[in-house]
Amino acid sequence: MIPSYVPPKYTPVIDKKKCMVCGRCTIECSWGVYRKDGKRIIIYPNRCGACHRCVSMCPRDAITIIEEPVDWRSHPLWTVDIRRDNLNQAKTGKILLSGQGNTMDHPIYFDRIVLDACQVTNPSIDPLREPMELRTYIGKKPKQLEFEFEDSKIKLKTKIAPNLKLETPIMIAHMSYGALSLNAHLSFAKAVKECGTFMGTGEGGLPKELYPYADHIITQVASGRFGVTPEYLEKGAAIEIKIGQGAKPGIGGHLPGEKVTANISATRMIPEGSDAISPAPHHDIYSIEDLAQLVRSLKEATRWKKPVFVKIAAVHNAPAIAVGIATSDADAVVIDGYRGGTGAAPKVFRDHVGIPIEMAIAAVDRRLREEGLRNEISIIASGGIRCSADVFKAIALGADAVYIGTAAMVALGCRVCGRCYTGLCAWGIATQRPELVKRIDPEEGARRVANLIKAWTHEIKELLGANGINSIESLRGNRDRLRGVGLTEKELEILGIKAAGE
Amino acid sequence: MEVIEIDAKNMHYRELNEKIHQAIKENPDLKKIILRNVLGQRFIGNSLRKKDLTIEIYGTPGGDLGMFMSGPTIIVYGNCEFAPGNTMDDGKIIIHGNSGDVTAHSMRGGKVFVRGDVGYRSGIHMKAYKEKVPTLVIGGTAKDFLGEYMAGGKIVVLNIDKEGKDLGKIKGKMIGTGIHGGAIYIRGEINKKQLGVAADIKPFTEEDLKNIENDVKEFCQYFGLEDKFESLLYSKWTKIAPISKRPFGKLYTPDLF
Repeated sequence: MIPSYVPPKYTPVIDKKKCMVCGRCTIECSWGVYRKDGKRIIIYPNRCGACHRCVSMCPRDAITIIEEPVDWRSHPLWTVDIRRDNLNQAKTGKILLSGQGNTMDHPIYFDRIVLDACQVTNPSIDPLREPMELRTYIGKKPKQLEFEFEDSKIKLKTKIAPNLKLETPIMIAHMSYGALSLNAHLSFAKAVKECGTFMGTGEGGLPKELYPYADHIITQVASGRFGVTPEYLEKGAAIEIKIGQGAKPGIGGHLPGEKVTANISATRMIPEGSDAISPAPHHDIYSIEDLAQLVRSLKEATRWKKPVFVKIAAVHNAPAIAVGIATSDADAVVIDGYRGGTGAAPKVFRDHVGIPIEMAIAAVDRRLREEGLRNEISIIASGGIRCSADVFKAIALGADAVYIGTAAMVALGCRVCGRCYTGLCAWGIATQRPELVKRIDPEEGARRVANLIKAWTHEIKELLGANGINSIESLRGNRDRLRGVGLTEKELEILGIKAAGE
Repeated sequence: MEVIEIDAKNMHYRELNEKIHQAIKENPDLKKIILRNVLGQRFIGNSLRKKDLTIEIYGTPGGDLGMFMSGPTIIVYGNCEFAPGNTMDDGKIIIHGNSGDVTAHSMRGGKVFVRGDVGYRSGIHMKAYKEKVPTLVIGGTAKDFLGEYMAGGKIVVLNIDKEGKDLGKIKGKMIGTGIHGGAIYIRGEINKKQLGVAADIKPFTEEDLKNIENDVKEFCQYFGLEDKFESLLYSKWTKIAPISKRPFGKLYTPDLF
């Protein structure tokens, strides 16, 4: 053990009877937990974050990991995490950095919502026998349709705005090239193309290697404007303006210089090794009118042929902001809940800022309906969508589609160890080190990600059938299919659902 | 046709910009578009990529002039609203007047010349990459927050009035807050108190003089100040540059180690 004020959070234990001292763990662990010294393996548990790479790769199945090997004096207020953080900060005097999503023990509303099913009176539908329509169109819808009648021919007079056609309402969220490795991105790109859905670039620009998949990629314009060229805007299927992120509402991002490798620097168009800084606001957006201005300038850049989305973090006044977005020329509002992941965020933001996505979807959907705008604009929900049931519930609460981030990374091997910001990801996902990146085979990765999306899609079809619905359109905002368990009256009111038994 | 004239009177910006696109599409040998009676139409030149094209604007174009543009030259005979040169990739914008806030916002290449003054937050988050060095040359003064978060490129402030006379002490505050690349050159003296966090005053060297010589020369050519070129170039300059390439490098501590 390395002498430290703070005892290790995890400790690997090697079964000496099984271990043959092959030293594989010393290579697999990118965090430097293991060192081979003659005929023994020396362990530095302080460096362990329980990412399981060594456990998975040990040829003798000799490694196991124990959480909190050292007991702390238990205390209801002074939790171990709080004490550990204070000790760390007392040592360094700096802001605590963290990765992935909120770790606070708040209620997960998705898990307190149950679904309906048909019994007797309205027979359920078997998706094996009858087609289930999951196709979703994301984009501006006309207020009304006008037709022209010529002789016996009917012609549509209304101009339909460009929409994205999704075969399943599950997209892969914006995670930038820089935070993520190229092989992770390639896996996602191949998977979304196969599944007929889309992925986001994040704000790291679009690497050339992804050009063949560009018709399934949504490009992002964030406050750093990295890699934003006319070509980048034209290449993608749609453009997303990132205003905020659920993991760190109200602040920008700093990609540390170590991660700005030659390839990243070429895609972001910044010098190698310099920090890539995304300011907190877009400095050309200081009002809702300015936002409309950026939406329109992106529309002009693509000659009004591509949908433009606006992504905001779920915060207290998200519904009012969503109305502002809906009245601009934006095609969709993306709401990112406080459970949303991140490559790096100050821990105080990740754990304390923002509101649950379930509440945000319900509140935004209701407000847009009250304003008579809901039918014109799409809602995409993201931040803490973990399984098909979450997708189903999000849509029933009012979303059109969802973005998944962490779930897609888990498909690639991620164990949610939360150390993405170190750039040392042993699974080759959140790293730029070539020896780690090559741990992902994009073909194999794509297969696993596509499997996940297909499995969820299948489960959604089964759930729809059980609800006697044969189209995802009939589920959208259909809160009557939901009931709350163990929720207060106020929570039920905000979610717009009844209590179980009602 | 090599030259096309468009009267923008009472025209909506979408119509005007579509007309520009049409003109380029229909005339492969087009060299110049003259826009008359421009009054607030936004996004002129947005993401145009025709390198040998010049757009002359008579009047006052609206916001985001030349946004995402990559190649053409725009000459404005009048003032500009906010953010000309926003996220511009390449080309030139020459403004024979003043321009508003966030001029040259997030610019990554090309040059913007403003004869008069610019508003707040100009040159914010400009960034350079290899041969692409965005340049903003300001004839008059800049309001506060000039070159904030600048990641690359250069800003040259000449600090002269309409007649080319010295404007005296620069008043701008919070210059170069969060700057981590590039340089700001201001003709005249700057007090350290006027700088933002992460910015520093660095010695102005021979190399710096060479670095701005062409930009000052170009400025003088565009605005008929050739006779003033030498006196402008060989005067007292203040160079403002980042303290570090990594202003945020030492801000964080990991939560798990």
